[in-house]
Amino acid sequence: MPLSIDDLNSMQIDVLREIGNIGAGNAATALSKMIAKKIDMDVPKVNILEFKNVPDLLGGPEIVVAGILFKVTGDINGSIMFLLDIKSAKLLTNLLMDKSGLEELLDDMEVSALQEVGNILAGSYLSSLSALTGLTLNISVPSLAIDMAGAILSVPVILFGQVGDKVMLIETDFFEGSNRVKGNFFLVPDEDSFEILLKSLGVI
Amino acid sequence: MGDLVKVGMADLNCTHSPGVLTTLGLGSCVGICLYDTMSKISGMAHIMLPSSNQIKNNSNLAKFADTGIVKLLEDMLAMGAKRNRIVSKIAGGAQMFNFNDASDIMRIGARNVVATKEILSSLNIPILAEDTGGNYGRTIELYSETGMLLIKTIGYGTKQI
Repeated sequence: MPLSIDDLNSMQIDVLREIGNIGAGNAATALSKMIAKKIDMDVPKVNILEFKNVPDLLGGPEIVVAGILFKVTGDINGSIMFLLDIKSAKLLTNLLMDKSGLEELLDDMEVSALQEVGNILAGSYLSSLSALTGLTLNISVPSLAIDMAGAILSVPVILFGQVGDKVMLIETDFFEGSNRVKGNFFLVPDEDSFEILLKSLGVI
Repeated sequence: MGDLVKVGMADLNCTHSPGVLTTLGLGSCVGICLYDTMSKISGMAHIMLPSSNQIKNNSNLAKFADTGIVKLLEDMLAMGAKRNRIVSKIAGGAQMFNFNDASDIMRIGARNVVATKEILSSLNIPILAEDTGGNYGRTIELYSETGMLLIKTIGYGTKQI
């Protein structure tokens, strides 16, 4: 039977947390270079939770969020989702485009900017994962959706739901000055890929 | 209006009139509403995947269209609903993300809808109305007094079916 996320021991979770940390660090550096400003971050929190409780973490299933989904292919297959509450999404595009204002809707230009940030963040995340594991990993073009948290989350949850009843979520907070951007990464490896990932890290 | 009964993801619930069943933020999942037109006993399931057959970890019946609908029907019959009076309405099954190569897994919403319809048809439960597909999320409320299903979206309006 393939290894599922429900069976992870604390050492394996620690290793995944450390990967989250390194990946998010590289993502913050990439973001900082892009906007030519200093970006700080908190130590990422790795949560393993029941999929039912995931929308509550973001403030409820009807809260509007921005989700950027990538497909991962290569030695492991799966998806990565980068999820931001709408305020963080707006802050991020403001930083990029040197604008201010917090109106809820994003225009086309901002949507495209957000997609690009997602691309850079997920790309740097994945390249650190690839460097650490020695696995070859390719990432697809991003697809962005802005809608109810429950609806957007249904996608990674369904992908994960085929493997187990729990999901792995890496919460990363970025700071630029007093601006706080709350980002969430979902790592969704396919059924067999989870084992390959942990093996390549030497923890099984 | 009666009590609001929440149905979570991969969850199901039933109520008597005038209770209202709701599930929030349906994306690629499908909300299945069953309704006994006489006793006004109603039930709602929020399923995530089409079939329990292809999945090893299938202990949660409400997660799958096949086992979820059967379980919901059993629960309603236990509450006193009559099999031949039960009708259905369905909503959800959106494709939230677009990729050029429409791989199977990305079309999960459409597959959930197809599976739901097949199972309802095999159980001889008529589908009175549906609001499925698209690329947006839905919050649904089933009013057991009337059998009306209210669908709310962000940016795509509100409708009753």
